[in-house]
Amino acid sequence: MKRLLSMTSPERVRELILILLIVLVSLFFSSQIPNYFNARFFNRVSTSVAITAVIAIGQTLVFLTRNFDLSVGSIVGFTAYFVGQQLTRNNDIPPALAVLMAVGIGVVMGAINGVIISYGRVPSIITTIGTLAVYRTLLIEFSDAQTVLTAKLPKWVVDLPRVNIISFGDLDIRLVVGIMLLVVVIFQFVLTYLPFGRRLYAIGSNPEAARNAGFPSQQIVFIAFVLSGALSGLAGFLFLARFGNVTVVAGQGLEFASIAAIVVGGVSNNGGSGTVFGALLGAIMIDLLENSLIRWLAISEFWRDAILGMLILLAVASDKLVLSKLRSIWTRSELQITDETVVEKQEAEHHVAKA
Amino acid sequence: MLQKRNLFLNSLAKLKSWEGFLLFLLAVIFIINSQQTSAYLSVQNQINLFILSIEKIIVVLTMTFLIINAEIDLSAPSIMGLAACLMAWLYTQGVPLPLALAICLLVGVLCGLFNGLWIAYANLSSLVVTLAMLICYRGLARVFLEDKSIGGFPEWFNLLGQKPLIGPFPLAMIVFFVLLVIAVVILQYSGFGRHVFVIGNNAEVARYSGVRVKRVKMLLYVASGFVSALAGLLFAARLGAVRGDTALGFELDIITMVLLGGVSIFGGSGSLFGVFLSILIVLNLRNGMSLANLTGHLQTGVIGALLIFSVLAPNIFAQVRAAFRRRRVAAARDEAC
Repeated sequence: MKRLLSMTSPERVRELILILLIVLVSLFFSSQIPNYFNARFFNRVSTSVAITAVIAIGQTLVFLTRNFDLSVGSIVGFTAYFVGQQLTRNNDIPPALAVLMAVGIGVVMGAINGVIISYGRVPSIITTIGTLAVYRTLLIEFSDAQTVLTAKLPKWVVDLPRVNIISFGDLDIRLVVGIMLLVVVIFQFVLTYLPFGRRLYAIGSNPEAARNAGFPSQQIVFIAFVLSGALSGLAGFLFLARFGNVTVVAGQGLEFASIAAIVVGGVSNNGGSGTVFGALLGAIMIDLLENSLIRWLAISEFWRDAILGMLILLAVASDKLVLSKLRSIWTRSELQITDETVVEKQEAEHHVAKA
Repeated sequence: MLQKRNLFLNSLAKLKSWEGFLLFLLAVIFIINSQQTSAYLSVQNQINLFILSIEKIIVVLTMTFLIINAEIDLSAPSIMGLAACLMAWLYTQGVPLPLALAICLLVGVLCGLFNGLWIAYANLSSLVVTLAMLICYRGLARVFLEDKSIGGFPEWFNLLGQKPLIGPFPLAMIVFFVLLVIAVVILQYSGFGRHVFVIGNNAEVARYSGVRVKRVKMLLYVASGFVSALAGLLFAARLGAVRGDTALGFELDIITMVLLGGVSIFGGSGSLFGVFLSILIVLNLRNGMSLANLTGHLQTGVIGALLIFSVLAPNIFAQVRAAFRRRRVAAARDEAC
C-alpha cells in the first residue's frame, strides 16, 4: 500500500479519475446516439480541442499564480481577424510570417495585461475584464464591420485543418492536433523541470513566502501573462485556419471555456497545483461534452452552458472536499514512513550502545 | 471652536480624496457635454440617462455591499437574464403574469442562496463560484427561450416599465431611489453595515470578534440574487421583449461603477456617495460619447479602460506619495546629520 502511494500522487489519481470519466461519458453517449463514434466526430472533437487546449495552457500558467486571464477570447478574436485580413489582402505572405504575426500580436496584448497587473498592482480579474472589452472594441473598430471570407484566404490556410500527420485507419491525427501536442509537451517540460515553471507553483502556493525567498514575483507573473497572450495569439491563428470566416464576435466565450477546461482538469487557483496534462484532459472533457450534446437529440443543445457551469462548480467543490482528503492520506503515509525509519534508527543505535 | 474647525478641515481633506477627484471629473464631463448641445443640461435628459441604464444601477447597490465585504458576484447579470427569460417562458405557458413575477423573484433568491452556500459554507472562492454560475444561469436562461425572442406581454406590464409613475419618474427609478436610501441606512448607519466593513477588512478577525461571518455573507448573496432578479424583470418591462442574451455582459458596467466609486476591490472600504458619483460619471460619459457620435462598442471599450484606470490611478497615486514621503524622510535625516 505504501509503495503504491509513493509511486503516485493525489494529482495523478485525480487525472486517472478524469480519464475514466471521459471514457464513461463517451460510452454513455455512444449508447444514446446511433453511430456516435465515427471518424468525422473524432476529427471534429480533436480539432476543437486543439484550439481550446492551447488557450487553456496559457490560462494554466496564469492560473497557477492565482490570477485570471479573461481577455483570451478577445485576443483570439483580434489575432484571427487581423491575420486573416492581412492574408486576404496579400496572399503571398509566407506561413511562418503569418504565425509569427499572430503570436506577436498575442505577446503585445499579453504584455499590456502583464504590465498593468504586475507593475500597476491592479487585480487580474479587473484588468482582464477591462481589456476583454478594450481588445474587442479594437477589433470592431479595426474591422469596419467587414468579415474575413474563406474564399479570399490563401489556399494553404484553408487546407491547413485537413493536413494529416499520421492516420490510424479512419482516424487522422491532424497537423493542428500535432501543434497542440507539441505545445503540451513543451509547457509540461517547462512547468516540471525549469526554474520558471517551479516558481509559478511557488508563487501560487504562497505568494508571501515566494517574495520573501527573493523570487522576482512581479517579473514572473508578467511573463506568465505574456505567454498566455502568445498562446492565445497562436490559438487565434488556429481559429482562423479552422473556421476561415472570421467575424467580429470570433472567439467570444473562449475565456470561459478555457477556465472551465483547466478547473475541470484540476488546476487550482489557490494552491499552486495542477498540470498541463490535466488542462489537456479538461479541454478534451469540455469539447467532448459540447460536441456530443449538439448531436444528442434527447435534450436541447442549449443545455450546454448550464451543464458547463455546474461542471466547473462540481470540479472546484470536489477538489476542495475530496482532494484535501487524498492529500491527508498521502501526508499521513509519508509521516508513517519517516516514523518507522526513526524507530529503526533508534533500534540500531540501541544495539550499538548495547554492544 | 477648534473641534468645529477640525471637522471642516476633515471634510475638506475628504474632498481632496477620491470623491473630490470624482466630483472634479464629473464637472469636466458636464462642461464638455454642455458645450455640445444645450439640451444636455435639462433635467429630463438626466432622467433619461438614468432610465436607459437603471437596471445596472440597481444591481450596483448590492454589488457595492459584496465588494466592500471582499467578495464579488459575477453571476448577477445572468440572474437578471434568467429571471427575465423564466418570466417570459412562464407567461407563454399560460401562467398569470403576477404569479410568474413572484416565481421569478423567488428563483432569484434561490440563485443567491445557491451562490452563498458554496461561498460562505463550503469556503470556495467567490470569483470561481460566481464565474461558474455566470455560465450556468445564462445557460438555463437559454434553455427556456432557446434562440427565440418573446414579447407581447400585457399592456400594464409594459407601461410599468415605460410610463412615468410619480412625476417624471418611472417605477424602476423609484425602486432605485428607495433601495439607495435603504442601502445608505444599512451600510453607513447600522450594525450590519459595520459588520460588512469589518469582514471586508479581515474576515478572520471578524470571526474571532463574534461577527457571524457566514450569515452576513449568505444574506448579502441572497439580497444580490433577489435584487438582480428584480432588475431583470424591470428590464423586461422596459424593453417589452426578452431574449436569451438579455443583460449579457452587464458585469463590466456594474463592476466599473462600483470600483470607480472608490470601493476597494480588496474589501473593507468604500462609500455609497462615491458610488453614486461614479454612476453619474459613467452615465454622463456614455451620453457625451453618444453626443460625439461614438458607437456603442467604442463606449464599451472606453468603460473597460476606465475600469482599469479606476484601480490603477489610486495605486500609482499611493506609490508616488510613498516615494515623496521617503524623500522627505531622507531629506530630514540629511538635515539632522
